[in-house]
Amino acid sequence: MIALLRRDLTLALRAGGGFGLGLAFFLIVTVLVPFGVGPQAATLSVIAPGILWIGALLACLLSLDRLLALDYEDGTLDLLATAPLPLEAALSIKALAHWLTTGLPLVLAAPVLGILLSLPGPGYLWLVVSLALGTPALSVIGTFGAALTVGIKRGGLLLSLLVLPLYVPTLIFGAEAARRGALGQDPSTSLLLLAGITLATIALMPFASAAVLRMGLR
Amino acid sequence: MSIWSYANPVKFLGLSAKVQPFLWGASAICVVGGLIWGFFGTPDDFRQGSTVKIIYLHVPAALMAINAWFMMLVTSLIWLIRRHHVSALAAKAAAPVGVVMTLIALVTGAIWGQPMWGTWWAWDPRLTSFLILFLFYLGYIALWEAVEDPDTAADLTSILCLVGSVFAVLSRYAVQFWNQGLHQGTSIPVATGGRSVADVFFYPLLMCMVGFGLLFLALVLYRTGTEIRLRRAAALRARAGRAA
Amino acid sequence: MMPDLGKYAGEVTSAYIASLVLLGVLVLWTLLRGRAARAELQDAEQENGKDG
Repeated sequence: MIALLRRDLTLALRAGGGFGLGLAFFLIVTVLVPFGVGPQAATLSVIAPGILWIGALLACLLSLDRLLALDYEDGTLDLLATAPLPLEAALSIKALAHWLTTGLPLVLAAPVLGILLSLPGPGYLWLVVSLALGTPALSVIGTFGAALTVGIKRGGLLLSLLVLPLYVPTLIFGAEAARRGALGQDPSTSLLLLAGITLATIALMPFASAAVLRMGLR
Repeated sequence: MSIWSYANPVKFLGLSAKVQPFLWGASAICVVGGLIWGFFGTPDDFRQGSTVKIIYLHVPAALMAINAWFMMLVTSLIWLIRRHHVSALAAKAAAPVGVVMTLIALVTGAIWGQPMWGTWWAWDPRLTSFLILFLFYLGYIALWEAVEDPDTAADLTSILCLVGSVFAVLSRYAVQFWNQGLHQGTSIPVATGGRSVADVFFYPLLMCMVGFGLLFLALVLYRTGTEIRLRRAAALRARAGRAA
Repeated sequence: MMPDLGKYAGEVTSAYIASLVLLGVLVLWTLLRGRAARAELQDAEQENGKDG
């Protein structure tokens, strides 16, 4: 399992691995927002938590494509499916690698981007906490979507259509927590619900992902 | 003879052909009759004026939008467990009907809410949940179209339906939390079970709900027949292709 | 005959028209597709035989 993790991390961090693309996308989206809604700090500070959450979500989404596609093309996926390691575990490791190389950097970058959007002072902590709690769910749910579309040529758009509705609960609770935090209100309910969803998806989604992957590989 | 004998495509088509005329006829009577009764035969509401007449479209459509997905869930499970192709094809057949019902619910819901809210769309929790359901339907249909092998498509879409159902329920509560948390939302005063609606509205509404339900059945039976025929034709052509 | 829809006439009418159009399109498309499927199956059976 550790070997698989190390392999995925190495592949992602290597030159053609796409690491940093997610971060760059996050930055670009954040920069585009003021051009779209105007530069008034008052407006920006209200929408900042939501925008940053959406930006992180989209950045996660974009890197899902390569989660399984490359391994599918060179046959590694077939090997994984027949290996002694349970496919559920292998997919969990892949989701973990995805989070470490995509979600986690987004969590760390968010405060910096928050400055660009006039995020209110108290909001920084809660933005980071909510993203930290929520992005693992995004990786795990995204893995399910990737498994669903693994054999489909140019399935990227379909992947987005399938995964984005599944992201809605996480987005709602995560953004709500960030927003309440920014307003100085108590975000604990949202955070608890967010954490609940993340834990449940981490525990359960790998089974669905593995089932779907087996079907798709047949 | 158990119900499972209808998992046989030929038997299914036979039963479907016998039952459909009744379904189409009864649904036409109930839908047309119910709408005419409701539109012409009921008074305006004290608060909502004549817009209350939209209820005869909105509630039945919304009901069927949910029921269609639920039926897809059950037939998907039957496919996964018992591998009856008719079941998988029935789920595939039901999806477009569900999508249209959802769309009708959304459009009528938005129009109904317009006088109340002053905008053509408001993020009312119920409407928002239906919008999310609409997206789930689109994804389901898109996945059927995208996968080449019919059996794999049936498998993948079945799991999607299962997972989607869980997330749809989750989203329902999340959306309620999301809207309630921001302001005291006034949702459309729609009766869920019909009990909170006055009798004079309730009976035409009931007729429309029955009519929409019968229409759903008729459409799904007909469409499943279509899917069965298409599948059979493709199989025949494939076999000829291999023999050639 | 037509009830006085008052100030909401536009809303109610558009709701009804939109819904009936959507239902009509659905039923029409369903029937057309069904007819095409029957024809396709007939073709396939004639070309390739009904056995199996």
